[in-house]
Amino acid sequence: MNTHRENLLKEVMAADFTLIDLNLYLNTHPYDQRAIILFNNCAQRARMLRNEFERLYGPLIASNSTSRCPWQWINSPWPWEHQS
Amino acid sequence: MWIYEKKLEYPVKIKTPNPKMAKYIITQYGGPDGELAASLRYLSQRFSMPTNETKGILNDIGTEELAHLEMVGSMVYQLTKGVPADVLEKEGLGAYYTDHDHAVYPMSAAGNPFTAAYIQSKGDVIADLHEDLAAEQKARATYENLIRLANDPDVIDPLRFLREREVVHFQRFGEALRLVQEKFAEKKFYINTPMPRTW
Repeated sequence: MNTHRENLLKEVMAADFTLIDLNLYLNTHPYDQRAIILFNNCAQRARMLRNEFERLYGPLIASNSTSRCPWQWINSPWPWEHQS
Repeated sequence: MWIYEKKLEYPVKIKTPNPKMAKYIITQYGGPDGELAASLRYLSQRFSMPTNETKGILNDIGTEELAHLEMVGSMVYQLTKGVPADVLEKEGLGAYYTDHDHAVYPMSAAGNPFTAAYIQSKGDVIADLHEDLAAEQKARATYENLIRLANDPDVIDPLRFLREREVVHFQRFGEALRLVQEKFAEKKFYINTPMPRTW
């Protein structure tokens, strides 16, 4: 049973993965204009999802954060932990 | 430089510990064809790459391999989490537990600690890219062996993802090699200097 946090993080992971894969493709196909347009669109969506996640559940990147006190970055869960 | 994102590249959510599988999977953490070897190899080779495409691909695949290293480490951690010492010992991890308790340590399935002897960074683009092609095939084959050894879907799922990424990386290195060969075929070079140089 997945929480809202888990589901949203999964969407962020999926959106970011698309960018990782397109990034590698574009490194060896730098003139593929269609792929660049696709990358830019996917990047926009990924940014939107990440902002939504960070707004609700705290920072994914330490330097992205405006932290409350105590320092939020170190909060659980860390990625190698999971609730089960 | 590197920035850390507090998420895995692909989910690792193993509900049932399995020390025996941990003993095998750890080879993709610190073994000869594992993710530490891959990331160190590519991130070292990138400095002497001659073209932007090759610098980019070595840099970015090397970076992704660090994310894979994290996934494999997470798998080993979850497969041994909470398992008492006597059970670890019974499942073949007695020696490992003695030196490392429940920690994750870079070594192969046979217990050999990680060594830079697993990699080469030759400074010759043709040699380096061929090594990288071979490395991706070795990693793919190893993941296939691990998938055959496993029967927990929580374990097989991330292993399948990692295997597929090796296939994609192999494809990218092949393209990088072809681009370099095409580029150097443009220039005329003599029979007795077969290795193309940009300087």
